[in-house]
Amino acid sequence: MTAFLRFLINGVSLGSVYAIIALGYTMVYGIAKMLNFAHGDVIMVGAYISYCGMQYWGVPPVASILTAMVVCTVLGITIEGLAYRPLRQAASLAVLITAIGMSYLLQNVALMIWGANPKTFPQTFINGASLNVGDMSISSATIITILANVLIMVALTLFTAKTKMGKAMRCVSEDRGAAELMGINVNRTISVTFAIGSALAAIAGVLLCSSYPILQPTTGSMPGIKAFTAAVFGGIGSIPGAMLGGVLLGVIEIFGKAYISTELGDAIVFAVLIVVLLVKPSGLLGKPMREKV
Amino acid sequence: MKKLLALVMAAMMLLSVTAVLAEDASIKIAVIGPFTGPAANYGLACQYGAQVAADEINAQGGMQIELICVDDEHDPEKSVNAYTYAMDKGAQMIAGTTTTSPCLAVSAQAYEDRVFMLTPSASSDLVVADKDNMYQICFQDPQMGIIPADMIAEKKLGTKIAIIYNISDDYSTGIYEAFKAEAEKVGLEIVSVTTFTEGDTDYKTQVDKAMTAGADLVFLPIYYTPASMILRAAKDINYAPVFFGVDGMDGILALENFDASLAEGVILLTPFSAFDTDETVVNFVEKYTAVSDGVVPNQFGADAYDAVGALYQACVNAGITGDTAAEDACELLIDQFSTMEYTGLTGTMQWDETGAVNKLPAAYVIQDGAYVPLDK
Repeated sequence: MTAFLRFLINGVSLGSVYAIIALGYTMVYGIAKMLNFAHGDVIMVGAYISYCGMQYWGVPPVASILTAMVVCTVLGITIEGLAYRPLRQAASLAVLITAIGMSYLLQNVALMIWGANPKTFPQTFINGASLNVGDMSISSATIITILANVLIMVALTLFTAKTKMGKAMRCVSEDRGAAELMGINVNRTISVTFAIGSALAAIAGVLLCSSYPILQPTTGSMPGIKAFTAAVFGGIGSIPGAMLGGVLLGVIEIFGKAYISTELGDAIVFAVLIVVLLVKPSGLLGKPMREKV
Repeated sequence: MKKLLALVMAAMMLLSVTAVLAEDASIKIAVIGPFTGPAANYGLACQYGAQVAADEINAQGGMQIELICVDDEHDPEKSVNAYTYAMDKGAQMIAGTTTTSPCLAVSAQAYEDRVFMLTPSASSDLVVADKDNMYQICFQDPQMGIIPADMIAEKKLGTKIAIIYNISDDYSTGIYEAFKAEAEKVGLEIVSVTTFTEGDTDYKTQVDKAMTAGADLVFLPIYYTPASMILRAAKDINYAPVFFGVDGMDGILALENFDASLAEGVILLTPFSAFDTDETVVNFVEKYTAVSDGVVPNQFGADAYDAVGALYQACVNAGITGDTAAEDACELLIDQFSTMEYTGLTGTMQWDETGAVNKLPAAYVIQDGAYVPLDK
């Protein structure tokens, strides 16, 4: 029983990291209708910037996270402006390939700047005392990640529901052409979306590396793919869906590894995804898409 | 006038030919490995190690070496392209490739073309199998499984063994299989076997299963990056078995910002230790860190250094020069390597007829952030 609970906690801990990455994916997909495959790599950049902040520039952890958020925001807007905006009218396949190219570009630039040798992410306030219940312990990194998730989820939901920019985002998401006719600046709206998504990526990067402390140029790629899966699982475009999908994916992965086989951990995750998509093609919380005739 | 002009032209051509000849006198060795991409730290270590060796040899005067370094991104297809590129550039022999799967692809081609290959680090036994022109500097994977099993049984380091290995990696899987077979022979009890794949983020589950199974020794036939995560995960749940790693564990202390106290007591098997106070090692570490921007060399760097050194010794003995064709050099080098002995950073080596190396590994235990020989 305690082993079961321990695995559950591990699963939630891993899942909450997936969830926070998935929020960025789902946000960009929901509004810009594109899969930003470079998201995982923006996470890696965010983690490196905050690492540099703490290790080389001697700034306190909170300031280094803020710096990472600023750098990632600028990076996100730049990527969108240089690589994705010129392709706004192009086929979605072209944009997808550009995003994959961007992902490799970021990885290789990071390799040039920070080198191939992995770095161990420092222990910060995020890795404080762990919470002990009986003989189980929940690490503070997990608790902080979950809290950050909930906070970001609520903030994003309020932002899209209440603010002018948020409403503009929903309009662009629903019908880009009509939104433009109504006087909404589509390009600016999408830029803001990327800015928010990338700032979230910086936070996700720091939280990912606080729980799983190896930082190298490929750090973001596998969690990025898993988080993308989580976003699809929860219903891509849906903010609570990303959170639910992420946590479930983490729990399934850990239970699969713990009770079935470590070799099949990933296979089980993707098998569950296929089953869910067969039964509910729009994901757990996704809205079914109506084709307009 | 015309005659004079022709004479001058002819003389100039002759001069330029001799100039080319003089330039070409250095032996061209191709170094192929992943300098970018996920396996870049292994490829770069080999490149730096080879560079240090070439610089040393060239500084001594005499026959010179020119390295042709080509990136293969740890991809078999790109590796074959890299090989073709290097041969076009006039390479006469290969010190490579760094990683196993690309090495299998390139060695098949090099066997056809009759080009001699000496890999510093591709450790699968399949790499040299059925190829008379393919030699290794590193230990073969099965040896890295057999030696630890014998050592654990003999020195009674543990009674209940857990194994965590990387199922997506030939190196790790090869060692695991050899270890398992040998463990059965010497009567070790294996209580838990778990795996992970390249790029996994979570290792807590594997460590938890080892703990639940009551293992008092965890065998880690893996590279140091995932190993560092496993050590952290064990610390988080207050699980403190003996951790036993092999040569892939070498480098863990060079991980930037790594908390060395996590590795306290870890046993590892490696042919090379950067902590050695031997003069040649100290000298190598100093030169290596100068080219690597401060990264401390691990066995990959040392193996590549030895690969270039051994090739050079064989070339000198066989009378190979920069003008020898790759096919001729291949036969001469095969004759040399099957009989010669070479002493480098990773010990004194001889090669058997398959191309596998024969040298002694040493077991170290990590104490206070340094390697200490296990028996001392």
